[in-house]
Amino acid sequence: MGIRFVLLVNKQGQTRLAQYYAEHLTLDERRALEGEIVRKCLARTDQQCSFVEHRNYKIVYRRYASLFFLVGVDNDENELAILEFIHLFVETMDRHFGNVCELDIMFHLEKAHFMLEEMVMNGCIVETSKSNILMPIQLMDKAS
Amino acid sequence: MEQLKTIGRELAMGSQGGGWTGQSKEFLDLVKSIGEARSKAEEDRIILREIESLRRRIGEPDVPRRRMKEYIIRLVYAEMLGHDASFGYIHAVKMTHDDSLSLKRTGYLAVTLFLSDDHDLIILIVNTIQKDLRSDNYLIVCAALTAACKLINEETIPAVLPQVVDLLAHPKEAVRKKAVMALHRFYQRSPASVSHLISNFRKRLCDNDPGVMGATLFPLFDLITADVNSYKDLVISFVSILKQVAERRLPKVYDYHQMPAPFIQIKLLKILALLGSGDKQASGHIYNVLGDIFRKCESSSNIGNAVLYECICCVSSIYPNAKVLDAAAESTSKFLKACLLFSDSHNLKYMGIDALRRLIKINPDIAEEHQLAVIDCLEDPDDTLKRKTFELLYKMTKSTNVEVIVDRMIDYMISINDNHYKTEIASRCVELAEQFAPSNQWFIQFSVSNNFTFQTMNKVFEHAGDLLNVRVAHNLMRLIAEGFGEDDEGADSQLRSSAVNSYLRILGEPKLPSLFLQVICWVLGEYGTADGKYSASYIIGKLCDVTEAHLCNDTVKAYSISAIMKICAFEITAGRNVEMLPECQSLIDELSASHSTDLQQRAYELQALLCLDSQAVESVMPLDASCEDIEVDRNLSFLNSFVQQSIEKGARPYSPESERSGTFSVSNYKSQYQHEASSHTLRFEAYELPKPSPTPATPQISVSTRTTDLVPVLETTYYTENNQASKLPPVSDASSADHGIKLHLDGVQKKWGRPTYSSSSSSTSSSEKKTNGVTHIDGVRSQSRGTLYDTKGQQSEVTAEKQKLAASLFGASAGKNEKKPASTQRVPKANTVTAERPGVPRAISPEISKQKAASSPPPDLLDLGEPITTTTPTIDPFEQLEGLIGPTPGPSTLDNSVTTSEQKAPDLMALYTDTPPSSSSSISSALGDIHSTDKNSQMAKNVPSIKKGPNPQDSLQKDATARHVGVTPTGNNPNLFRDLLG
Repeated sequence: MGIRFVLLVNKQGQTRLAQYYAEHLTLDERRALEGEIVRKCLARTDQQCSFVEHRNYKIVYRRYASLFFLVGVDNDENELAILEFIHLFVETMDRHFGNVCELDIMFHLEKAHFMLEEMVMNGCIVETSKSNILMPIQLMDKAS
Repeated sequence: MEQLKTIGRELAMGSQGGGWTGQSKEFLDLVKSIGEARSKAEEDRIILREIESLRRRIGEPDVPRRRMKEYIIRLVYAEMLGHDASFGYIHAVKMTHDDSLSLKRTGYLAVTLFLSDDHDLIILIVNTIQKDLRSDNYLIVCAALTAACKLINEETIPAVLPQVVDLLAHPKEAVRKKAVMALHRFYQRSPASVSHLISNFRKRLCDNDPGVMGATLFPLFDLITADVNSYKDLVISFVSILKQVAERRLPKVYDYHQMPAPFIQIKLLKILALLGSGDKQASGHIYNVLGDIFRKCESSSNIGNAVLYECICCVSSIYPNAKVLDAAAESTSKFLKACLLFSDSHNLKYMGIDALRRLIKINPDIAEEHQLAVIDCLEDPDDTLKRKTFELLYKMTKSTNVEVIVDRMIDYMISINDNHYKTEIASRCVELAEQFAPSNQWFIQFSVSNNFTFQTMNKVFEHAGDLLNVRVAHNLMRLIAEGFGEDDEGADSQLRSSAVNSYLRILGEPKLPSLFLQVICWVLGEYGTADGKYSASYIIGKLCDVTEAHLCNDTVKAYSISAIMKICAFEITAGRNVEMLPECQSLIDELSASHSTDLQQRAYELQALLCLDSQAVESVMPLDASCEDIEVDRNLSFLNSFVQQSIEKGARPYSPESERSGTFSVSNYKSQYQHEASSHTLRFEAYELPKPSPTPATPQISVSTRTTDLVPVLETTYYTENNQASKLPPVSDASSADHGIKLHLDGVQKKWGRPTYSSSSSSTSSSEKKTNGVTHIDGVRSQSRGTLYDTKGQQSEVTAEKQKLAASLFGASAGKNEKKPASTQRVPKANTVTAERPGVPRAISPEISKQKAASSPPPDLLDLGEPITTTTPTIDPFEQLEGLIGPTPGPSTLDNSVTTSEQKAPDLMALYTDTPPSSSSSISSALGDIHSTDKNSQMAKNVPSIKKGPNPQDSLQKDATARHVGVTPTGNNPNLFRDLLG
């Protein structure tokens, strides 16, 4: 399966984007899971590594300014690669929005989702070329 | 020129790209207020208000389509922040019908976020998906395929399957790629429904487009995991693809930080690891390309390390080969050395420890080189790293270091709260303690280590008792009962009395796990009075206390009353009078009236026993007979005369089970019953007389540790056993006795037993035992050295301690080569090893720490986003280094001198690239590599510094736009406006 979920939260712990791949969780399950994970990850310092074991999977996280990108992965996933996947996602958003910031993602939530949809399907990283990721979104913008 | 390019890019992006125009004031206000919400409660209030207003307005007739899209996104917000928005689902479903691509995609997105694939509304969407899959616009097809991956369930697969298969040959590569993934999803959902289409994945592997090929690797990985052998023929293809990728034959767009298609490389390596596992021939094809990648991959970037790590995993999985193994070991060293030099590269440490764990099973010597790194990680405050290190230690445990490792594990186990992990580590402790239990020579050393095992078990029990398996308790009792065998009775009784002593002490603790209490009761019953130190009444009193303290636990009560019975029996045998304590008497009375028949029986048996004379008691309960073998007369020959008599009297002879009803056995008694019931005819002959069951035999058989216990120790199994037995035809009791063994001892004997001690450890144990002593001497040595270093300051003391630990953890492996236990020979070697190694970090670390202390106060790590105002006029490389690791100094401090010094920095910083976002300069260079087509580093640095550089004009501009549309950063959350990469 690979990636189980991608979660963006700011440093106050507020969710900014959430996408689940493994299974559809109910609202309550999601809220509980996000609360647990966010508490665990936000309490960590820069002196600790970017991986956290949680239940039967791992969370790979990375901080950009005020935003935390948390990715839940299966245990046999390559953590460093996931760390770079996060960075690729940020770079892609940066290319699209130009100096992407938290508000960009908030105002264009659907676009951030579309980019993620291009990059990840069924929890697998299927596209890593920034131009390929952004092309459908740019075409869509032009059309509308 | 470069400037022009950047501007051009921004223009091309248009107003949709950067600005926030095109959205209604309402939406902007909503987002703004959510962004500025100070607490969860405030956020909840905003969303609830929003839901109310949406509920009212979304149902209005003639909502403009654009406005509807906004509503839907507002619903997504509500759900994302944890509030139910199900009233709007249907509108999202409707939106998927829209002709506009942007609206349709938004609709699909909302539906995939809202609905699970078994939701009632799904059926409404399947039709839309079918229609969209036929669309001429490939973007619409893509949107439908994306939605299909999430929404199509097992039942609806057939509705779209033919179309998806057709799309595998679509002229657009994006469509082919998504079709492959949709098929992959269908395979995950229901393998049977697409089993006839699996060959398509093989076909798509040869697709011209690398994206499609890359996507195909995922379904193939799943297929290969399920059945390796059918895909061995693809090894050569995968190897050649990997080779081409590594040789940069793919288009540049797939490069990531100058690494050619790293994500595809990693997936290919994962697949090759599966295919080469335990297959010498397949592995033979793989070595070459692995060697190439090891050579080419630079370990200076994160992504390079990710690929290297995957190579190491592959090497550890496939058939071993000396050359690639060396390369893997070297890469692992790089990971771990990085953390000796730079104490902050925690991610690399983690990966290095994991790589070591994988390699160590092929070549245990690899770990030796990294003693200090491992100990560093073990003592790291980071929990994740610690756990990983424990996994490594668990893998490298030997009889020489087992004490140190298990001690560490127990300390850690006590310190954590996470039950999931506590159980895991407790069972590992027990496993190690069992595995390295002593054999039967050198009894003093054994008693040391046997005591060690014993103490380990006690600690594990005390802290994780409720999480452990019953089997472990039985093993512990066995250890105490069997001791070290007949040669050294002294050591045995020493162990037992120490057990009794410590258990009497432990009994004072307020809360003990039930399993542990059972062990304690058993030990007190068997050996409580054995050494004459404690009187029978004292022990009985203690046992009564136990039952009183644990009123609700029948199992503990049963253990306790049996223990009391044993003590009474021993007293009677010894010819002493048993004076019945009042509390004991009341306990017996209470249990005689217990609801549990087992407890009742035990109580009555005890009373009966008290009335017997000493000779009878002795034959019923001989002293210390728990280890005697029990002779089980499976033929029940003692009943022969009785059977003979009955047959003479006209009873039917016994017919064996198999002749009666085929597969009839204990478990399918029920079926036999039904069988009888189904034959509706009346039976006219009299029922057979029940033959008296050989009741005395059952309990004897069932208690394997104690021959003459009248009652079995574990009453739960005893119960079921009895129930079954009573339902069965009585004669078959003999066969049911097979199941009647009460202690689960299968597979245990080899671990504790003296003569049958497992082959591997017994062969090495004699030599390792000797070195065990040496390591202790060693430890003392390094300690004395530690005091020498004291003059140099605390730091060296710390390293001395670490060396000590290293010696005890790894000394064994070093000493293994020289079989002689002569300490004089060994010491100098150990000295050089331990003294030289820390030299590397010691040389550097004081300097670093000094620098750190001298520079500005340690920045608040949590407030990474806040600008830090401390400006430092002088720039030295170390501060630069710290700035890059830690938070960004104010962007204004980046002047020319910084940029020049920065050009030197990358060498050092290359290892730190896991934290690039914190530094604007390092990320800009990273981005520069991507944006600039030219590889010229000078250019690469310049471009982004204009684009993203200090004091970002862009941010100002964005700020202005924000004001223009009415969104102002009011200070609550200024970070909203902070660039993620800035």
